[in-house]
Amino acid sequence: MSDLTRPVAPLAPAQGGPRLALRRALGHPSFLAGAVLTGLVLLAGLVSLLWTPHSATEIQVFNRLRPPSGTHWLGTDMLGRDVASLLMVGARNSLLVAVAAVTLGLSLGVFLGLLAAALKGWVEELILRLADFGFAFPSILLAVLIAAVFGPSTTNAVIAIGLFSVPVFVRVARAAAKAVWAREFVLAARACGKGRLRITLEHILPNVAPTLIVQATIQFAIAILAEAALSYLGLGTQPPQPSWGRMLNEAQTLIWQAPLLAVFPGLAIAVSVLGLNLLGDGLRDLLDPRLSERR
Amino acid sequence: MLLQVENLRVGLAGGPEAVRGVSFELAAGDTLGLVGESGCGKSLTALALLGLLPEGMAATGSIRLAGRELLGLPERALAGLRGDRLAMIFQEPMTALNPLHPVGRQVAEPLRRHRGLSRAAARLAAKRLLDRVGIPNAERRLDAYPHELSGGQRQRVMIAMALACGPDLLVADEPTTALDVTVQRQILDLLLELVEERGMALLLISHDLGLIGESVRRVAVMYAGLLVERGPAERLFRRLAHPYSQGLFAALPRLGAGAGGQGPRLSTIPGRVPALTALPPGCPFAPRCPLAEPACADWAPEALAVEPGHAAACRRLEAALARPEARPQAGPGP
Amino acid sequence: MSLFLAKRCLTLLATLLFTSLVIFLVLEVLPGDPALVRLGVDAPPEAVAALRERLGLDRPAAERYLAWLAALASGRLGESYAYGQPVALLLAERLQVTLPLAALAMVMTLGTALALGLWAAARHNRPADLFVIGVSQLGLAIPNFWFAILLILLFAVGLGWLPAGGFPGWERGLWPGLRSLLLPAVALATAQIAVLARVTRSAVLEVLREDFVRTARAKGLTRGQVLRDHVLRNALIPVVTIAGLQLGALITGTIVVEQVFTLPGLGRLLFQAIANRDLELVRNLVVVFALATVLINFLVDLLYAAIDPRLEAADV
Repeated sequence: MSDLTRPVAPLAPAQGGPRLALRRALGHPSFLAGAVLTGLVLLAGLVSLLWTPHSATEIQVFNRLRPPSGTHWLGTDMLGRDVASLLMVGARNSLLVAVAAVTLGLSLGVFLGLLAAALKGWVEELILRLADFGFAFPSILLAVLIAAVFGPSTTNAVIAIGLFSVPVFVRVARAAAKAVWAREFVLAARACGKGRLRITLEHILPNVAPTLIVQATIQFAIAILAEAALSYLGLGTQPPQPSWGRMLNEAQTLIWQAPLLAVFPGLAIAVSVLGLNLLGDGLRDLLDPRLSERR
Repeated sequence: MLLQVENLRVGLAGGPEAVRGVSFELAAGDTLGLVGESGCGKSLTALALLGLLPEGMAATGSIRLAGRELLGLPERALAGLRGDRLAMIFQEPMTALNPLHPVGRQVAEPLRRHRGLSRAAARLAAKRLLDRVGIPNAERRLDAYPHELSGGQRQRVMIAMALACGPDLLVADEPTTALDVTVQRQILDLLLELVEERGMALLLISHDLGLIGESVRRVAVMYAGLLVERGPAERLFRRLAHPYSQGLFAALPRLGAGAGGQGPRLSTIPGRVPALTALPPGCPFAPRCPLAEPACADWAPEALAVEPGHAAACRRLEAALARPEARPQAGPGP
Repeated sequence: MSLFLAKRCLTLLATLLFTSLVIFLVLEVLPGDPALVRLGVDAPPEAVAALRERLGLDRPAAERYLAWLAALASGRLGESYAYGQPVALLLAERLQVTLPLAALAMVMTLGTALALGLWAAARHNRPADLFVIGVSQLGLAIPNFWFAILLILLFAVGLGWLPAGGFPGWERGLWPGLRSLLLPAVALATAQIAVLARVTRSAVLEVLREDFVRTARAKGLTRGQVLRDHVLRNALIPVVTIAGLQLGALITGTIVVEQVFTLPGLGRLLFQAIANRDLELVRNLVVVFALATVLINFLVDLLYAAIDPRLEAADV
């Protein structure tokens, strides 16, 4: 009978409270490293709202292709723009796109996934088939197609990336939800006559939240990579808005004269993605109660 | 003497010990039952014999098989002995068989490995083995996959696999625990029959005192990594010497009428088995023992003789033997 | 077995049909009149109308969709406006680059990832294991087009061993062609190796924990024999799934990588077709890509059943 009150599999440990949880989190190497890296990128993006070392959009042709120096920490690009500033604003844009896209994908995906788990029957079958199809359809292709049809822009990149994130969230949400539906305390709630919508909102959702958080973190990383790829192809963020991907494209043409230009933007992308991946891995470990017992 | 185990200790490397100085012997053709609750270390003892301890655990002491020391033997040499001179069957027949290989192939495997038999010869031998362990349609069953067989049949396959090369010693770790009650009897009988037929030595491990009592000639009772009582089954069950054995036996549910047509209440041993990291000093059973005295916490357990061949590790042996629980009214089993 | 196969084939067909429908619909939404776009805004209306009729744009959508399907099924892929060539010809040309590229990358991926994964699992928690985990984390984080650029920096600009892009054509010989595909293949393979090595490692570790591995050792098999006869096949199941997905990702990865190295392959063709608003080409190319992905998934499903006899019984 104690099962009635015990929380279901993926849920943050209830004992000890937030302080203990924080201490455990800081002790976890993957989480810590991920948090630091992601934090750095986040910081760069946030700071760029208020200040950048130089203007990220002002073109100074006389200053082009300067190597790193005291004034321009990372040098300047082919139009004389300060690379460091470009990277910071690029961070902001990448993060915005990632957040927007993942929010879109998550909302739609989780809604469908929870719906499938709650209603079962043909609704679930249909949603599952659609999700399978979404998986089978290559993501880059979808993004390229949408950009091609509707024109390249940041908004369309967000829509494209968001759309191809939907199947993942559908699957994850549905699987996690089904596990919760089978738990005794949910059966008890149903026996009391609670409707499926209420059960979904009150019981299922809070219990699948940790799994979704982990998945969202991983999808953020994927979104940043996807946005960079789209921008590289010219289908994402358009000039004059800075974008890491597009910076790489521009740098490639001058790879013989200014090789460093091709290094920094890619480094920025790698650091962000690495940070988010580590963060996601760390979160998954921390939120899995089986592991918390072993400690 | 086929098997001689002396002061066997098994524990996490540099950490708490789960087996704390176990010694016993097993002669060729003899049967020994190792009894104890979950967590007493009996499975680890068995695994140590075959050198199959889980990662991170190490064994010290001495394990001699036909005079040859097994501990410290290089892996190659041990692998040569396993399945050939000594074999083991496990508790869960479903997960103990490879789901992707046909059953016949798995039974034939030790024959091909140790005897170098060709595929055809091994297949024939496997069929005969399946026949012997009572699997109907053995010829067809050779190509069946584990998931196509019932639990009892899978355990028979396990037995066939273990016996394939005619080992001198068979270690059976809870061979019937995971099976349906109706099947348990059959499998146990089969096992005992084969052991007798081939003159093998058997080390039977179980938490079920009743099962042990009906099957083996000698018994050893284990608690918290130590042997607390050992002796010939006949004598041991007539005169239970150690308070723990007495408690175990008293806890066996028994059919019988008490007042008002209801049986007596099930008795239990109060408290629970201590964790490895929190072992009490002195006698490990003292915290739960009805006969415990303060001096028991300072006493290093050692086996004291009860009668020839029968020993128990209790400081207060006379008091223990004097208890009514030392002489159970009914013999072991139904 | 045949029932299983039949069900799978049916699913395959359904997926293909659905894919084609989606592609068709997406392109239908394209704003603007394709004929007008081609001839220019100042073109005389009769010319536009004539072109529209020639392209069949005045017929209802459903009819055009079915006609297109029929054409696809019979292998008539139409003509490309921008290139003035039949699509089939273009496809054949470009496949000569993309297929060897994908194959090369896949071979690199499988060989390296499986070896790394096994190696790491056999040395669990020791330095080799941690090294592989670390490297795979990096491999996941590095965008493949950036890695491509770095490769160009090192091997083309720095060392001058390999070309920075372009493709000489197979007529020049096997080696010059391969030389141009080497760096692109490495770039493509890197991210996939990262994923697959991890998957292999955890799959092998999982299997090593299984009871039947202990039984195998109890039978006297050496560690090597246990790995070879018992662990590998059981670990293959998750590995095959992921490898299949990887192959799909690899094929679409060529879109980006071919851009970086300016290789005249399918990916680049698709990209240029989109830029040129060459509808006919885009539509058929996308179908080809989707077809490849779906086919691979189908093959993976079949492989599944071959590896694991339990699946057939359950008739998934």
